[in-house]
Amino acid sequence: RSRRGGTGDTGGTGSGMDAPSAAGLGGADPQLQRFIEVETQKQRFQQLVHQMTELCWEKCMDKPGPKLDSRAETCFVNCVERFIDTSQFILNRLEQTQKSKSAFSESLSD
Amino acid sequence: MESGFGSDFGSDFGSGGGGGGKLDPGLIMEQVKVQIAVANAQELLQRMTDKCFRKCIGKPGGALDNSEQKCIAMCMDRYMDSWNTVSRAYNSRLQRERANM
Repeated sequence: RSRRGGTGDTGGTGSGMDAPSAAGLGGADPQLQRFIEVETQKQRFQQLVHQMTELCWEKCMDKPGPKLDSRAETCFVNCVERFIDTSQFILNRLEQTQKSKSAFSESLSD
Repeated sequence: MESGFGSDFGSDFGSGGGGGGKLDPGLIMEQVKVQIAVANAQELLQRMTDKCFRKCIGKPGGALDNSEQKCIAMCMDRYMDSWNTVSRAYNSRLQRERANM
């Protein structure tokens, strides 16, 4: 048992199986290969739901009441959207700064 | 999940499917699905316990009093509601992203 995707992850993967292709796993059996791909995908989804629920609970839930009121529900939905936005923003900006860095170092090394 | 893949399978396939000791992929897949479901349930319980302990237990006393127990019960239900809300919202977002590609 280990705690994955608790505080540090920025919404990327979080699950143990990160294989971009399942070719190495499941060997030559295409059925197993497909199964592994599908289950890995499902697990990524589950892990992110766990992580976002934990984060958004802190932001959206005061005192647990007899039901989830509409204000809290809206907050959760917004929270999910903004979390994905944040994740995308970080990736995009990182990509941009990497590009400008390599352009810079290329002009230096000539 | 990490511990679910491959560690416990060894002893389960003595009889396998048919002859020649071949591993039945269907059986493997079913067992893996079960392991995954168990791991997810554990994850959920662990986080729920953490959150509800924080919300409901102030200064820890000698036992859980009635108000604490009621709080924990409500908290569990609200955590499940939250989890489902997040799951739906995330799913919608993914579908929207796919539609935009």
